[in-house]
Amino acid sequence: MERRSFLYHSCAAAAGASFTLKGMPLNTAPQKSFLDALSFGGNSDNRVLVLIELNGGNDGINTFIPLDQYSNLSKFRRNLLIPERNVLRLQGTQANGLHPSMAPFQKMYNDGLVSVVQNVGYPEQDYSHFRSSDIWMSASDADVNIENGWAGRYLEQRYPGFPTGYPSDANPDPLAIQLGAVMSLALVGSQWPMGMAITDPKAYYEFVNSVVEPAPDSPFGDELEYIRLVTQQAQQYFKSVKGAAEKGRNQSTLYPPDDKNYLADQLKIVAQLIKGGLKTPIYICTLHGFDTHSGQINSSGNPLEGDHADLLRMLSEAIYAFQDDLKLMGIDDKVVGMTFSEFGRTIGSNGSFGTDHGAAAPLFVFGKAVNPGIIGKNPQVPTDLSESDDLPMEHDFRAIYTTILKDWFGLEQPASILGQKFPILPIFKSISTPTRDIRTVEQFELNARPNPFRESSNISLRINGGQVSVRLLDGFGRVVQNVAEGYYAAGTHQFVLQRQDLPMGQYYCQVNVNGTIGVQKVVAM
Amino acid sequence: MAEFSSSRRTFLQLPTEGSLVETPYIEPEIPTALPPFTLQGGLTPYAGMWGREQAAHLLRRATFGSSQAQIDQLYNLGNAQKAVDSILNVPKTEPAPPVNNYNNDEFTDPDVPFGKTWVNAKRNNEGEFFRITSWRSWWMERMVTSEANILEKLILFWHNHFATRTDISFSGQACYKHYMILRKHALGDFKQLVYDVTLDPHMLFFLNGLYNEVNAPDENYARELQELFTIGKDNPEHYTEADVVAAAKVLTGWRLEYQTNKVFLNPRLHDQTDKQFSAFYNNRVIKGGADAEREVRELIDMIFQKDEVSLYISRKLYRFFVYYQIDEQVEKNVIQPLAEILRQNKYQILPAISALLRSEHFFDAVNKGCFIKTPLDLVIGVLRNFNVHINGPTLYDQYQILTSLGWTCNDLQMLPGDPPNVAGWPAFRQAPKYYRNWINSDTLRNRNIYSDVMTYWRYETESGYRVFIDHIAFVAQFPRPDDPNLLIDSILQVLMPMPFSTAKKQVLKSILLSGQAQDYYWTVAWKNYTANPGDKAARDTVWYRLAALHKYLMGQPEYQLI
Repeated sequence: MERRSFLYHSCAAAAGASFTLKGMPLNTAPQKSFLDALSFGGNSDNRVLVLIELNGGNDGINTFIPLDQYSNLSKFRRNLLIPERNVLRLQGTQANGLHPSMAPFQKMYNDGLVSVVQNVGYPEQDYSHFRSSDIWMSASDADVNIENGWAGRYLEQRYPGFPTGYPSDANPDPLAIQLGAVMSLALVGSQWPMGMAITDPKAYYEFVNSVVEPAPDSPFGDELEYIRLVTQQAQQYFKSVKGAAEKGRNQSTLYPPDDKNYLADQLKIVAQLIKGGLKTPIYICTLHGFDTHSGQINSSGNPLEGDHADLLRMLSEAIYAFQDDLKLMGIDDKVVGMTFSEFGRTIGSNGSFGTDHGAAAPLFVFGKAVNPGIIGKNPQVPTDLSESDDLPMEHDFRAIYTTILKDWFGLEQPASILGQKFPILPIFKSISTPTRDIRTVEQFELNARPNPFRESSNISLRINGGQVSVRLLDGFGRVVQNVAEGYYAAGTHQFVLQRQDLPMGQYYCQVNVNGTIGVQKVVAM
Repeated sequence: MAEFSSSRRTFLQLPTEGSLVETPYIEPEIPTALPPFTLQGGLTPYAGMWGREQAAHLLRRATFGSSQAQIDQLYNLGNAQKAVDSILNVPKTEPAPPVNNYNNDEFTDPDVPFGKTWVNAKRNNEGEFFRITSWRSWWMERMVTSEANILEKLILFWHNHFATRTDISFSGQACYKHYMILRKHALGDFKQLVYDVTLDPHMLFFLNGLYNEVNAPDENYARELQELFTIGKDNPEHYTEADVVAAAKVLTGWRLEYQTNKVFLNPRLHDQTDKQFSAFYNNRVIKGGADAEREVRELIDMIFQKDEVSLYISRKLYRFFVYYQIDEQVEKNVIQPLAEILRQNKYQILPAISALLRSEHFFDAVNKGCFIKTPLDLVIGVLRNFNVHINGPTLYDQYQILTSLGWTCNDLQMLPGDPPNVAGWPAFRQAPKYYRNWINSDTLRNRNIYSDVMTYWRYETESGYRVFIDHIAFVAQFPRPDDPNLLIDSILQVLMPMPFSTAKKQVLKSILLSGQAQDYYWTVAWKNYTANPGDKAARDTVWYRLAALHKYLMGQPEYQLI
């Protein structure tokens, strides 16, 4: 696709909008941002967007905390409110702070890597999880059903004709990757899903060849064609994903241990694949569990502990490690991330140590390319909740999509994807050409044979030398066997994985070489 | 289609005597195209052609897949109406409850001896994980071993409808009680089912009913009761937010004994004020008071006054048993009449499901092969198609095998007992993909790995009990395993929803013949094996060719369809 056209687009900022950068009110006039931005990260064809879905409806009030609303909040949130002294303070604002379990994210904010958009939602909130997340994924109005996703429609425009002729030399990689085994509606195009789902980037499977005859024009034929398409795409894209996974090595030592933080596990793969050279522009990761009707704080009544604190800790640690990884890899100029959730939660708390479905909530965009600071005002908590227990919307979520499509992906007419015009928000800044610091990447090859195995499997590990550990984990991430540990010289080393009394099933052989981790799924049968 | 079926039947009745090499092979007529995509008829009882194809179609949709014997069983009933009667004839007795099959180094149940049931034991949080796993494996065993009737498929339908997860109640007993409620009313009174589920411990945990009290009402159950369980949101005219609030007030005050899951009312926590509903419910007021049970009944009665309930549940049944697309014609010819049947029968499910399954619409050729197998259809279907026996000699074997199958289902995104959320699995609700939600690069690969494991490897327990496809026993049940052409037709009838073309069958045959041109290579190999069943080389010769054939077939996109 000819993509020069966007060079001519002018980046009109929303006139008169104001926001603060470390406390300094600025006029939002990043007129140069878009053209300047073209000079970093190569061009917009190389840029990556990582969407992080906080599934269940995140409680924005306890995430990005409006400190100037405490007198009213304390009336309605009872035990749920974070004590003021525990709120993590942010540079340049007295009016906002972060949940106490988000210290790494606090550091990122203070380092100028976070843009917070306040009070994001949509008109006429629908309080159903399912409908509301469909609205976010499809970017529809609340009263309109659109059966495909905003990112899917964008990719359809960017890669015309898909899936016919894909992958190709020009576009060898998946158009989008969903981490996990469930594909989001956001990635569904008007005809086909535009992305692929992966749980293990190194897994590869040779599908059997089929005699392909024209599918009949019937529901059977339609479904058959769909499965054929997934087979064919998977077969080809598995190769490029596996290749990238083998080339790209995580650099950060800040990731939590595997299987302890579901989001970190996903972001780690994303960083690895980008570094490994995958040209995929959109990734979606998901952190589940935000539907905190009960147990948002634990039942002992300590507001600093409970499900929400755990989730925000995971979110914060994962994003921080990911950003560190990107920086160490020298690719932090071409990646931005965005969190989103189907809705916020009620102002008041309920009787179950939780909150119910609400409306607007803050949203984070992070990365080196963002204009740091806060866009929008703090929500106003009323003195009386009898009329509404919700925070009203200030920014339509589609204004953020519009900004990303235009300022990050260089799409001239975001309305062609979103169906309507929305204001551009000052989320992105101009960045000069980055210094490149591509370090030597730790490389190793891991191979377990036979696999599946019955009594034992031989692990062959080729390394450049260093501190090595080889462990076997079960499906819950528990270490069930320590196979080897110690310093090993450069070369190929052999280890034996003994079945012993392990029950049959799937396991993960995890190798750590100087902090770089590789995993191979193994099956005991 | 009809011609094809009859010619295939003639085929299967060919005499088994005679020179095999010279058996004339006549290619069955393959229709070049399906009938045009227009659905004929609605709920008119189907009186057309009754062949094994139709019997297999009914079994694929109403059970978790079928063996050749089950196809024959229904086929031999002679017509669709008798076959549907047979499918709807479900066991009336309760199954023996799940037992302690889990004692291990980590946990020995102090209250329940090995081999005895734990369903009446008090809660033991250290052991609940094992009890839940025991319950799940017991449930999956029912799916694998159930006869040719609809009961387990319908229980799964209701599980998806009233979707709950195991991690909230975290009680094997609550899981078991929940399953037994679904089982009891599976073909019975939907309204009573809603009532029982409303006060079911597992659901009270799952949607916070336990925490819903007068001073801090929790709207979770009140919302889903209307949005997901009864009224739905298909019609833009539906209940309002005020109705959610009012229903939550009706439902306040229920508590349970944590140790025993015994549900009771705490009157002090019940909102005793009058509850005002919106114009959608004709501005109905439910009188408050101390009798919370009466209020729950009145609430459910009020909801069931709305015709939306019958339409909503009819669409869900349709999407679970027929196809996901409901166009205007289907709405008019199938959904509306089905909803009418439900209302006329005071929401008894049996007459409605019966009308749907025995309809011209259900047996219409256009509705065949268009349903993407759920992970359970796939995982359990392989076992049922190939008569794979899963019950090892000990309870430990049983536990291990079924737990492993559960892991496989989990990888494929359908762990029974744990749908992703209260809306159930997206495949039954999320437009436009619906069933296609099951299939992506990750899950399709894992589906293939599972069938590969069953074909070439095996599930094996610690004691050495093995679960795998016996390729030779599978084909030996057919009339002519020695004739590669007839054998392939027989196999396809069990495994595939649609006939294969000549060209595709040639590929299958070339697998059996290892690429050789003469049919008698297979025939000789088979005869050699049957003459010397103890000869390992003779056995391996046929075993490996059949394994390759079965792998190939289960790797075809068609095998994902029913």
